[in-house]
Amino acid sequence: MARAATTTDAFNAVAEPRRRQILDLLAQGELPVAELVQRLGLAQPVVSKHLRVLREVGAVSVREDGRQRLYRVDGRALKPIFDWVSHYEALWAERMDALEAVVMRLKQEEDQR
Amino acid sequence: MTSTNRKALLTLPADDQILISREFDAPRHLVYRACTTPELVRQWWGGQRGVVTSVEIDLRVGGAWRYVLAANGGFEVAFHGQFRELVPDERTVTTEVYEMPGVAPEDLPATLNTTTFVEADGRTTMTVLVQCPDRAVRDAIMASGMEGGMNESYDALEQVARSLA
Repeated sequence: MARAATTTDAFNAVAEPRRRQILDLLAQGELPVAELVQRLGLAQPVVSKHLRVLREVGAVSVREDGRQRLYRVDGRALKPIFDWVSHYEALWAERMDALEAVVMRLKQEEDQR
Repeated sequence: MTSTNRKALLTLPADDQILISREFDAPRHLVYRACTTPELVRQWWGGQRGVVTSVEIDLRVGGAWRYVLAANGGFEVAFHGQFRELVPDERTVTTEVYEMPGVAPEDLPATLNTTTFVEADGRTTMTVLVQCPDRAVRDAIMASGMEGGMNESYDALEQVARSLA
């Protein structure tokens, strides 16, 4: 995988585990960089780099608040990814539900013995 | 990307991977049995997308497996692969190939699927890691779930989508 490709679209931008961690944190509310740095235990330049990638694809937005810059998730950019993931996930959920029914029946049979 | 509002949890740990995880209220030897016994696989592998008409499992390292689904749309789709690792009740590693009509078997992309069964307090977490050869294959598999049923012209994709469920 060429590294450059990870910055080209939202799909790849959120494939990076650290960036997903950042999105998880920002999903709970706006945060300044310093807060992200503290919670993630990463160096500020690293966090800033990830935030830049996420901003480039529109996954997060930023606003000035006095001397702080506050970052937050932009749901519009992420919705196609959520849809994309949830369709395939739905196929698996269906399959897993059916598997669960089989497993629970096996468990019943075993308990009765 | 993580979605937590369903029982089956899907994440994308890397550009070329898909990870699916699910917890069952049962010991792991039962989940493993349901995943490796032909007459049991037949009962769940199709989800609600059709009827599983054939399940062959040669449960040994190097052994082959093949599942055929008669999908609700009236067509048949098949997947096959080979067992690479088997640790009873703990872990299976298999290749998986979707048999696309008109494409030579050696040209079909195979994924490497690692399924693990971890038990704690009588409950089992089953995790399936789908390792794709590259991002394009990963994206094609993901997209198959999205296109399925949405557009009649996506015959091949729709077949994948239905058979994946």
